[in-house]
Amino acid sequence: MQFPVLSIIVFTPAVAGLLILLIPSHRKTEVRMVALAAAVLALALSIWVYFNYDQGRAGYQFIEYYQWLPQMGISLQFGVDGISAPLVLLTGLVMFTGVMISWGIDDRPREFFAFLFILASGVFGVFVALDLFMLFFFYEIAVFPMYLLIAIWGWVKTREYAAMKLTLYLFIGSVVALVGALTMYYVVGKPTGVYTFDMLAISKAQQAGAFDFIVWRVPTWLQWLFNRPALTFEQVIFPFVFFGFAVLGGIFPFHNWSPDGHVAAPTAVSMFHAGVLMKLGAFAALRVAIMLLPNGAQYHMHWIIFLALVNIVYGAFIAFVQTDFKYVIGFSSVSHMGLVMLGFATLTTVGMTGAGVQMFSHGVMTALFFAAVGMVYDRAHTREIPRLGGMVKPLPWVAVGFIIGGLVSMGMPGFSGFIAEFPIFMGTWETIPWVAILASLSIVITAAYILIVVRRVFFGDMPAEFEGHIGPVSALDKVAIVTLCGIMVLLGIFPWLMVPMVQSGVHSIMSLLGGA
Amino acid sequence: MSVLSSLNFRAILPEALILLLGILVLVIDPFWKEKSRRVNLGWLTAGGLIAVLAIILLIDRPGDPTAAWGGMVRYDWYAFSFKLFFLLAGAITAMFLMDVEQVGHRAEAYLLLMASLIGMCLMASAGDLIMLYLAIETTSIPLYVLAGFMLSDRFSVESGFKYLLFGAMTSAILLYGFSLFYGITGTTNFYDLATQLYRFTPIVLGLLVFIIAGLAFKISAVPFHFWAPDVYQGAPTPVAGFLSTASKAAGFAVLLRLFVIAFPSTALGAPPNWTFILAVVATLTMTLGNFLALAQKNIKRMLAYSSIAHAGYVLIGVVAYSKLGATSVVYYLIAYILTNLAAFGAVVASGRVTGSDEIKSYAGLSRRSPALALVMLVAFLSLAGMPPFGGFVAKVFVFTSAIESQWLWLAVVGVLNSIVGLYYYLTVLKYVYLYRAESEEDERKPLPISRPYSMALVVLSLGIIVVGVILLPWFNLATKAALSIF
Repeated sequence: MQFPVLSIIVFTPAVAGLLILLIPSHRKTEVRMVALAAAVLALALSIWVYFNYDQGRAGYQFIEYYQWLPQMGISLQFGVDGISAPLVLLTGLVMFTGVMISWGIDDRPREFFAFLFILASGVFGVFVALDLFMLFFFYEIAVFPMYLLIAIWGWVKTREYAAMKLTLYLFIGSVVALVGALTMYYVVGKPTGVYTFDMLAISKAQQAGAFDFIVWRVPTWLQWLFNRPALTFEQVIFPFVFFGFAVLGGIFPFHNWSPDGHVAAPTAVSMFHAGVLMKLGAFAALRVAIMLLPNGAQYHMHWIIFLALVNIVYGAFIAFVQTDFKYVIGFSSVSHMGLVMLGFATLTTVGMTGAGVQMFSHGVMTALFFAAVGMVYDRAHTREIPRLGGMVKPLPWVAVGFIIGGLVSMGMPGFSGFIAEFPIFMGTWETIPWVAILASLSIVITAAYILIVVRRVFFGDMPAEFEGHIGPVSALDKVAIVTLCGIMVLLGIFPWLMVPMVQSGVHSIMSLLGGA
Repeated sequence: MSVLSSLNFRAILPEALILLLGILVLVIDPFWKEKSRRVNLGWLTAGGLIAVLAIILLIDRPGDPTAAWGGMVRYDWYAFSFKLFFLLAGAITAMFLMDVEQVGHRAEAYLLLMASLIGMCLMASAGDLIMLYLAIETTSIPLYVLAGFMLSDRFSVESGFKYLLFGAMTSAILLYGFSLFYGITGTTNFYDLATQLYRFTPIVLGLLVFIIAGLAFKISAVPFHFWAPDVYQGAPTPVAGFLSTASKAAGFAVLLRLFVIAFPSTALGAPPNWTFILAVVATLTMTLGNFLALAQKNIKRMLAYSSIAHAGYVLIGVVAYSKLGATSVVYYLIAYILTNLAAFGAVVASGRVTGSDEIKSYAGLSRRSPALALVMLVAFLSLAGMPPFGGFVAKVFVFTSAIESQWLWLAVVGVLNSIVGLYYYLTVLKYVYLYRAESEEDERKPLPISRPYSMALVVLSLGIIVVGVILLPWFNLATKAALSIF
């Protein structure tokens, strides 16, 4: 048997979280050391997985399979493919930098790190799970600690409201998806009597035509809307499963929870949230909805592409008019996640590859943004853009980091944003050209709001009230900034580090979709 | 079958052992000094019940389902597994009773607890309506007394009295239902029916309604749920916990067995007609329980409504009317008993110190006692159906069984309800973790948790996680139970 590296990655944070809970609450340094050690271990292993993934062979690798409840067809099955390997790496990175950024948390750090790490375990679990039951299991684990993290350590003004809103949105989404998934489980198992949650088996059954039966005859007066006389199982179930998960991906019109949640959350949690959790939604929508219900995807993506377009343009415009620094970044996440959805919705190799890279790139970028916002806010105690200014002098590291993040966000060549966004637009052009034109508008708006923020917050005159009050950032903060910036630049200069891997994952999705 | 050949003592071994333990407690009690009574009585009861549990696990595991004592009781895995749950719940409740004022030092309390446990065990194994009725009364009467045990507390007395009145009324209805049953079938043993009861004549409908009414009271399903909030609020908290777990599980044990055996599906395999009645009851129960729980300010009342809602979820599994459905019912009850006992245990431990059951009084708990806060976190998230806790798996199983039996709409109702549930469970956690106590001083006051409480709560919390993560042994137990009635 091979070394169970994925299980170790998944369970390291959870075990560390439990260990942390056993440490007496006043020994805060020990708590932080255990947290850091676990984060380093998880990061190291995820890097190892990333670079040992055999791109030539493609498909799922590092597969682990344990019987869990054979009577119900539940197994503990892990594996990564070209899409999830970068996301595992991303989670490792954000976890590592998140610990560094939250080093200074003084109110109950024990509980903070414990909840954060249980959440991280859930995230890792979703990215590597190959069993539908386990995917839901980890998905829910990734959702509920968020409530506590935001409600307890968040921004006093909105945390209660934002935390409850976020949790209810995500929980509603996940249970809707759960019902859809259970019907899939039932439909696959009924004819053969072999019920299974194994996604590979479900996918095989789907390819063999298990879902190709008609469940709903469209009444004549509605046929203009559905464009056909009857809908198959896949076409009916797909929206439930897709939107159930895509809520967490921030898709319009269910994006409303996300800026509020981002803003209310403490820095590390915002990083985790925008950086990793939103990808969790997009990824689960891809893995469960698109990959298990490809015919449904082909039928519905024609209109979902417009929702993604709204996400991109509308999100960018809203970001443009915000005066709160953190809300700008919050809405920019909505806009950028729209690009991911747009890439998925094209259902083309190039578009989906772009979306895969964008998930990673945006994860790193937004983690950096929120880290920068957090560092400024901790010192200035305000996030109102008009009240800030001249931060480049006391905080040069933060300013440079933010500018690099901004360049990525605008899709500048030479940064990871370019190699992610360009293929998405290419794929969109292949599908519906005018959507690509409209969506590329967002680049201009993004450039506008990023540049405004950079000018107002980091340059210009510093208001008198801040003179002498802005202390420098700590060494740990610098490590976090440099790590995140370095990766974005590295990826922008050497796209072959990631693009072929994502492509290998996309190819297998395309074969599910039938050719291309 | 001759009566003599059916004298199977193994079938009633748990009941006999509990009876012996009860006599032991009663006889030994006067020899103990006033001071040491609390500790000795509590530990003797709890330890004794755990010992009974261990003994029957070792030597009393049943084989194929058989009838015993002239068909009065059944000796099968179904009854056996429920007996295990009752014994566990009884032992934990005894530990919770120890430190309750006016209750913990009195042998009568423990004796009543054990008397009602005997009744429950018989409820789970009864195969005859006469036995069933006696078992239900044996369970209920001690619980009426326990609910009103704190004589100087107005609420407790009210609670006991209310419970008695409601109980007496529904018990009369149930008895009337049983008499109709005898009238139609000519037998009281529901395992050998002269007439099949799957035809839906008016009289069978009436009979079903009466029986459902009687049992709905035990499981606190709508519209016979009115007693629950008042009784839970007034009764000593451990007793409320016992009512909402063991007593409710006993109700389900009877409901599932009676309906599956006595009212089977038609020869054509169509689901029996009562499933639709129960589906409506389940919908109302979940919805009403959850929505009324939203408005509660008192945590015991909130838990009462939440336990009403949970009865609705379990009913989904009964409605599914399948092997998987029965399995999921048993699994749900395992998870639910552990979870709700933990929730009530946390309420006992905290309420004893703060002297209040208002949700408000939990503000700042995580600063006063991080461990107790964590227990509440585990229990309430499990109630809300979050992994890695037992409540999640249990809910998934119940919903799966509903979908498997083509009750998609019922599964959807259940799922939507669990969203409402999440809201009020999180509200409690908000007080525990987020809000500050009224003064700094209050927050720094320690919240001592006595040894029986901390032991019971640790066991329950670990149990909740184990049931939610390691599924196989519990699922096998539940399947064995389900197989003996399907």
